[in-house]
Amino acid sequence: MRTITYAQAIREALAEEMERDEQVFVLGEDVGESGGVFGVTKGLAARFGAERVLDTPISEEAIVGAAVGASLLGGRAVVEIMFSDFATLAMDMIVNQAAKTHYMTGGRLTAPLTIRLVTGTAGSTAAQHSQSLEAWFAHTPGLKCVAPSNPADAKALLKAAIRDPDPVCFFEHKLLYNRKGEVPDEVEPLAFGRGRIVREGSDVTLVSYLKTLHDAVDAAEVLAGEGVSVEVFDPCTLVPFDREGLRASLEKTGRLLISHEAPQRAGFGAEIAAIAAEDCFDLLRAPVVRVCGANTPVPYAPELERFVLPDAARIADGIRSLVGARVV
Amino acid sequence: MTESTARELSRDDLLGLYRRMLLIRRFEERAAELRMAGFIPGFLHPYIGQEAVAVGVCAALGPGDAITSTHRGHGHMLARGASPGRMYAELYARTDGYNRAKGGSLHMIDTELGFLGANGIVGGGIPLATGAALQLKRGGEGRVAVSFFGDGATNEGAFHESLNLASLWKLPCLYVCENNLYGEFTRQDRHQPIADVAQRAGSYAMPGVIADGNDVLDVLRVAAAAVARARAGKGPTLIEAKTYRHRGHYEGDMGAYRPPEEVAEWMARDPILTFGARLVSEHDVVQSELDTVAAEVEQTLEEASAFAEASPHPAVGEALEDVYRETVGGAALQ
Repeated sequence: MRTITYAQAIREALAEEMERDEQVFVLGEDVGESGGVFGVTKGLAARFGAERVLDTPISEEAIVGAAVGASLLGGRAVVEIMFSDFATLAMDMIVNQAAKTHYMTGGRLTAPLTIRLVTGTAGSTAAQHSQSLEAWFAHTPGLKCVAPSNPADAKALLKAAIRDPDPVCFFEHKLLYNRKGEVPDEVEPLAFGRGRIVREGSDVTLVSYLKTLHDAVDAAEVLAGEGVSVEVFDPCTLVPFDREGLRASLEKTGRLLISHEAPQRAGFGAEIAAIAAEDCFDLLRAPVVRVCGANTPVPYAPELERFVLPDAARIADGIRSLVGARVV
Repeated sequence: MTESTARELSRDDLLGLYRRMLLIRRFEERAAELRMAGFIPGFLHPYIGQEAVAVGVCAALGPGDAITSTHRGHGHMLARGASPGRMYAELYARTDGYNRAKGGSLHMIDTELGFLGANGIVGGGIPLATGAALQLKRGGEGRVAVSFFGDGATNEGAFHESLNLASLWKLPCLYVCENNLYGEFTRQDRHQPIADVAQRAGSYAMPGVIADGNDVLDVLRVAAAAVARARAGKGPTLIEAKTYRHRGHYEGDMGAYRPPEEVAEWMARDPILTFGARLVSEHDVVQSELDTVAAEVEQTLEEASAFAEASPHPAVGEALEDVYRETVGGAALQ
């Protein structure tokens, strides 16, 4: 077991998959010689050559389109979208082309690319470099959506994403890149659709992912001191979503709080709440609570940004209100 | 095929080009009738009038090459050798269709022919062909990719981004613009400030070549040179084939936005009629041979529509299949 950063874990997954399968290649803005604006692909070009770690022009539609086109003929492209906000410039290739290829061809063709989307605020990165857009992609049939919260999962899930026969949107939070965690020496791909209990508890199920998951764990710790036992559930992948895992946790707790950085309205938390209502209505002892981003763009000023994004204190308040709610 | 071999086509080769153009023409005319008769539920964007472009370009390709197409894609697919029966079956929304009734006209594919799909998005196939060319270049076997698109698509960012990338990386790609003078209902001089799309190649440091899109041999000559260039690792070419669609943007559009004299002028330059006349006057082909080809085409298409009609409708439950290739987690993905 080693302790490495989330960025390093992603880099290792890329390197090991490139080593394993020569069809795997990486492309994106500044990913080659420079190693990417966040340094995630550092050293890969030197190791695998410029032919497999391709620096591209700033042309998101052509970048993703090239990755999709290559994937139709057997290539395994891994695209880096430097800021997930820029995926807006490639939406036709992601949503109309890659996502629908398998379905609209009656299963005769598939576009197995991986799109790494650098997500969330890094602190005062403001409205066009901070968004959490996972719900857009989760809403699109044909895409799988992965949202790892720690280095070990990031490595195992990225390996699975690259080997997956379907297009995968792989969300990476900027503030996680330097976060360290234990990673086994040998990492096997982690199957999609299996969440994990990050912390066991019996009063409240707290579902979160990416960076907010760590705020959730902090909040759970605070609440433990107040005698409230919080179970923290990390779904790891949003599509597919571990419905059984959610139900198993709610069987213990009967209360659900969901937290994510993306705006609350029609965010992925709304889907989780709906799953709970559909699958677990019999288990719920109180209304579902969401502690999510405000329904605003992300502001620049640090105090404004703090005001609109969830944090441990706000999640803790949410839990207090949930356990104080009238029990059915 | 090089420029010289294009001139050395045998009589059979020439008749083959004629046959393929006529097959496309009659496939489309019959499709329009079949749609009116209620057999085809979806859109049709007829290729009628532009047949020389698809047939000329595809005659320059080899078996391992790849193509992306457009909303007006039947011609490209037939020119590549696709089965008219399976195409009609797809248009009829039957299970023997190329896409098992999930795609229709706008999404048809034939992976065995390297036909990576028609496309419902104007310009959508251009980045895909660019990526296909990237993959073929990585394969190192000298194979090429072709993207067909219209004049309208050359105003999309996808076109400009793709040409820039392909030229930068010297990708083996042919960008074939079929300039039929209209982007949907809007005349070219009202949608772009240039008359020759080929000049846009200059911005991307690649050759921009104009072909007579109503002359299958001129298209073949230009395409063969571009293919040779791409196979030799010298990068992409933008080909502008000047042509005209005889019908509306889609079946049902009466084309009221086009001056009748313009339509008449282009109809007089019908690529099939003019090529047939040329075969007779320059290549010792006799009219009865052309008539035989026509009769064979009718027979082929009669069988094709019968095949489609006999093909089963999809079971309703199939609507929920094929969203993903692999569904670990099963129903959870639905």
